[in-house]
Amino acid sequence: MAEFFHMGGYALYVWGSFGATALLMIAEPLLLRSRSRQIRQRIMRLARLEQAAQQ
Amino acid sequence: MASGFVNWFKFSSPATFYPVARTIGRSAAVIAVILIAIGLYMSFFVAPTDYKQGEGYRIIFVHVPASWMSMFIYVVMAIWAALGLIFNTRLSAMMAQSLAPTGAIFAFLSLWTGSFWGKPMWGTWWVWDARITSELLLFFLYLGYMALRSAFDDPRRGDRASAILLLVGVVNVPIIYYSVQWWNTLHQGATIKLGEESTMDDTMLIAMLIMTLGFWAYSIAVAMMRLRNVILERERSAGWVRQMAGEGL
Amino acid sequence: MLESLYWVIRRDLTIALRRRSDIFTTLIFFMIVVSLFPLGIGPEPDTLRLIAPGVVWVGALLASMLALEQLFSADHRDGTLEQMLLTPQPLAPLVIGKVVAHWLVSGLPLVLISPLLGLQYDLPWEGLRALIISLLLGTPTLSLIGAIGAALTLGLRSGGVLLALLVLPLYVPVLIFGAGAVEATLSGLGGDAHLRMLAAILVASLVLAPLAIAAALRVATD
Repeated sequence: MAEFFHMGGYALYVWGSFGATALLMIAEPLLLRSRSRQIRQRIMRLARLEQAAQQ
Repeated sequence: MASGFVNWFKFSSPATFYPVARTIGRSAAVIAVILIAIGLYMSFFVAPTDYKQGEGYRIIFVHVPASWMSMFIYVVMAIWAALGLIFNTRLSAMMAQSLAPTGAIFAFLSLWTGSFWGKPMWGTWWVWDARITSELLLFFLYLGYMALRSAFDDPRRGDRASAILLLVGVVNVPIIYYSVQWWNTLHQGATIKLGEESTMDDTMLIAMLIMTLGFWAYSIAVAMMRLRNVILERERSAGWVRQMAGEGL
Repeated sequence: MLESLYWVIRRDLTIALRRRSDIFTTLIFFMIVVSLFPLGIGPEPDTLRLIAPGVVWVGALLASMLALEQLFSADHRDGTLEQMLLTPQPLAPLVIGKVVAHWLVSGLPLVLISPLLGLQYDLPWEGLRALIISLLLGTPTLSLIGAIGAALTLGLRSGGVLLALLVLPLYVPVLIFGAGAVEATLSGLGGDAHLRMLAAILVASLVLAPLAIAAALRVATD
């Protein structure tokens, strides 16, 4: 196991590359999801406000 | 019209495409997770150690797919931009807009991983190699597109202006690449080769291809997520969004 | 068609010559940028001769970019541009005319002053000649490509910085072949191939850029 993470002495470079890639490729969808939630909430709030104004 | 004719323009309305984007995005996400899992397994456990570069070569399993995707996405964006200008469909421009950040991320990752590959192999974090330099310029083109796109308050004007920029960019990319190559051969003589393609093991190639397909599916999934956000934001006052909001979105 | 080209050039030149300070600003900027490099790098003639082509070319690039913002903005502000787009004339000659006039007042002065700057860097005669020819072939392309960026950013708040971001990556081929021509001449390889590439790029952008500029102007005046 330790040998695997050691990567024949290239640990920093291999994990630096794969780590950065994983980080960005996980962060991107997460950020998009939270953004989507934000947008929905805003639209819903607007819709509720309008309904209240009509009544 | 011939039988089996599909009215593609029906899907070019953001309202009809909004639910479709969800289906496409979800399926692409599943495919992406599976392919990338297989690809990662292959790139660490199946592909043999390179006799010259040791374990360090494994970086190419993310580097090459990221580079390919960064170039491919730019071309796809340009195609959407052209379609948007020709047919005046709003969705095409939204597609291009949704792909841009993903393409920029891949261009950045290509530079980052290339740099982490270059340090142990060439002994330096950065080399003004033709491919690296072109990738850097591609990254700048992405940033320029995104900056221009977000500078417009009127989305329709922004769509058209940034579509023109994309078409100008896609015409220029080959010229830039060619000129950088020319510049590089003049200044360095024989350039250092990135990985010895001819001696690559079959499993290495297959792992790389699977990773590329995985990244491709990932791009579709993320672009669809972003597209849905873009549609909601831009159509927030449209009737169908209002109706959906009433039903709880 | 040629007539409208002629009139646009004449009109723009008249306006530019009434506001001569703009021309000098670009020119002085170019001279200052090029003069800064020896101060930053050191006065050894050998080093300076080595970096001269690149420095002069980058200076020309930045200076011509600086002038771009004024290309359409005045006409856009007072509504002239809209009138131009409404005329039944084909748009391409009008656009080319504006770019040519702009090059005459912002690009040509750079070309003319460049031998003087080359002398500061101790360039030999062949080097100076290659510098002038390369700038003569390259700066019109810079104006054409730059005009696309100027038209795209017309009326935007963050116009200036954005323009640089859009245009500079597209300038790269011109920079490479332009500076390369001078370098190749200095090293004895001969810069003809580079100059031919510059000419080819100029012809291609002369054909294609007006289309993009016209399309971008239509977006801006919508």
